[in-house]
Amino acid sequence: MIEEEPVSLHEAPSRPLNMIEAINEALDIMMERDPDVVIMGEDVGYFGGVFRATAGLQKKYGKSRVFDTPINECGIIGAAVGMAAYGLRPVPEIQFADYIYPGLDQLISEAARMRYRSAGEFTAAMTVRSPFGGGIFGGQTHSQSPEALFTHVAGLKTVIPSTPHDAKGLLIAAIEDNDPVIFFEPKRIYNGPFDGYYDNPSKTWKAHPGGLVPEGYYSIPLGKARIVREGSALTVLAYGTMIHVAEAVLAAKGIDAEIIDLRTLVPLDIEAVEKSVEKTGRCLVIHEATRTSGFGAELVALVQERCFYHLEAPVERVTGFDTPYPHSLEWAYFPGPVRIGEAVDRLLKD
Amino acid sequence: MADDGTEPTDAHRNLPPLRLHVPEPRFRPGDAVDYSHLAIPPAGAQPRPDEACSPGETRPLCDDLIRVLDDEHRAVGPWDPRLDAETLRRILRAMALTRAFDDRMYRAQRQGKTSFYMKSIGEEAISVAAAFAFDRGDMAFPSYRQQGLLIARGYPLLEMANQIYSNRADKLKGRQLPIMYSARDFGIFTISGNLATQLPQAVGWAMASAIKGDTRIATAFVGEGSSAEGDFHAAMTFAAVYNAPVVLNVVNNQWAISSFSGFAGAERATFAARAEGYGVAGLRVDGNDVLAVHAAMRWAADRARGNAGPTLIEHFTYRAEGHSTSDDPSAYRSAQERSEWPLGDPIDRLMRHLIGLGEWSEEQQVAMDREVAEEVRAATKAAEKNGILGQGLHHPFHTMFEDVFEDIPWHLEEQAAQAIRERRIKFPEWEG
Repeated sequence: MIEEEPVSLHEAPSRPLNMIEAINEALDIMMERDPDVVIMGEDVGYFGGVFRATAGLQKKYGKSRVFDTPINECGIIGAAVGMAAYGLRPVPEIQFADYIYPGLDQLISEAARMRYRSAGEFTAAMTVRSPFGGGIFGGQTHSQSPEALFTHVAGLKTVIPSTPHDAKGLLIAAIEDNDPVIFFEPKRIYNGPFDGYYDNPSKTWKAHPGGLVPEGYYSIPLGKARIVREGSALTVLAYGTMIHVAEAVLAAKGIDAEIIDLRTLVPLDIEAVEKSVEKTGRCLVIHEATRTSGFGAELVALVQERCFYHLEAPVERVTGFDTPYPHSLEWAYFPGPVRIGEAVDRLLKD
Repeated sequence: MADDGTEPTDAHRNLPPLRLHVPEPRFRPGDAVDYSHLAIPPAGAQPRPDEACSPGETRPLCDDLIRVLDDEHRAVGPWDPRLDAETLRRILRAMALTRAFDDRMYRAQRQGKTSFYMKSIGEEAISVAAAFAFDRGDMAFPSYRQQGLLIARGYPLLEMANQIYSNRADKLKGRQLPIMYSARDFGIFTISGNLATQLPQAVGWAMASAIKGDTRIATAFVGEGSSAEGDFHAAMTFAAVYNAPVVLNVVNNQWAISSFSGFAGAERATFAARAEGYGVAGLRVDGNDVLAVHAAMRWAADRARGNAGPTLIEHFTYRAEGHSTSDDPSAYRSAQERSEWPLGDPIDRLMRHLIGLGEWSEEQQVAMDREVAEEVRAATKAAEKNGILGQGLHHPFHTMFEDVFEDIPWHLEEQAAQAIRERRIKFPEWEG
């Protein structure tokens, strides 16, 4: 097994939650357990966040632990770095991943290198939460998937959940982690899994096993992938929304695929990747982000370097296009069933 | 067609063309320097409002210049911090030690013992006063020219030199450019090297102290040049919004490498005057008058600790030497600027003040200069035993891959193995 679930997880009663509720619960639990956890960000206080992820927390924990900030991502992340240096465990929210760029210097040059440059005198234990990805008609400023910018930085961890169950456990682990973590939440699946067939009625998490969230505290270790589905025909490496799209497309095509949800991009669960590709001999990498220099390029390179003699076909890569995320043509951009289907056919043609 | 702005029009065609103003400093190499345009108010003439005053009450002080030491080197006026003679001598010694250290390390760089150095000649009052005006439990977020802060706090010169040589005893494991110290136990934050990033961090640190209900405050330093960074605005906005217990210092030494302060806006307003727009208290201080600097910092520290809010202080000073060992200021500014600088030298001014008080003598000064030079020499000699840059006496190789994360992930272990293999190929006799 890729991951040993904590024993308590199986004992705790579970109930269906959507991803927002699961994230809210993780934040609530961590604020309760650790008085040093503070939440800050645009609209996160009284209002509870534009996606409601922090709803009720200010009322419960007070204004000095959950508070609104000026619209200044450099200030949000810069102040969080200072708070972390003081000994707090800030969980800043960047309202949309598309807004994170003004804070990049504070993340890349400061948070990521604090431990290294001070030889451990100062650290920046903080979790930057941010909704990312498209499929909600957000246009080019509310749809981007900038994860590769962060996986490229030495000293940052990047985590992306694909279910409410994982979102809660991974967020708790991220907050407990002593390194800075970028926690991207695929907002298209906040309310239900999305299989890429955008004409179909939307689903809720109620009917999905990943929507079943144990009560209370549990954490899912960073750096551990999850086998979504075991199979032998090919390996799919994906994360976030694309897990659900891959599942649906491969099921529709009747292919016995092994689907791996990476969950953490850095540090990557390379063992899980190698084991699966060595078994299936074929590998499909999927992400929603733009193609060139995307995280898929890293995955393809790793598979080529480490599994080359097990490969029976060139590794396939399905991604968003190298354009800004268009508004009206959102579904033309999105790496949906047709694009994935073609790649699968190429992988399996011999 | 009506000229009401709704249609394109050529109604302005007779106006002179627009001109872009590109600031130009008054003096370039070879120019005679005349500072008569600088308004230097008399010492002691600046009012000292209550520390808990409204930010607006400090507005006149943002265009003024808080000065304590007058032309006869007497301490005058309401800003006189009334420090006892022993404290004044300690401040004098810390400034002298800083200057001696700068001198020695500058030469060490020229001798090839390290890659880089930055002196703070002429600006010692600002960093040394900070060590006395703030508590050691407070956190100072320096830029790269506040070495006086470490020295005045008693941080070992040996450790500073080890860091500058990036040797095997360097506490920062040879990872940082020389002078980018980190001294948590001395209340000094790790120095970035990126400009102005420490400002919002200091505000966040101060906010954290307030969140925890502690009594500690933060202070940060930025040059006038990098006060143009967005981080400055972020820091001022957050400081104002949360009434953070923080003191933000702009060290206006007139030059950012070769760009004079006009490129940060000095032709339009003082740096202290920016405070008003944020609703933050602002003070403008003679940065070469250590008593004035101390008084302003202590005023702001008391204000912050009393929950009365943040302060922006502009320290008006002059960068007497190059930006760094990589810079040659004779290529862009007049050499006369330094000798003509109307606010004098901070060490000289405090020395004369102490002599005037009957608490010091020129002989004592000479003896002290000798003593601090010897102290520096001993420390740097000791550091050189631990290695100088490029000599191979650095930290164990594997430390390069440590502290990227708390634990070393597989990809860094693999890369560490690669690095060690490369080294063995290049140096077969190497045992590391």
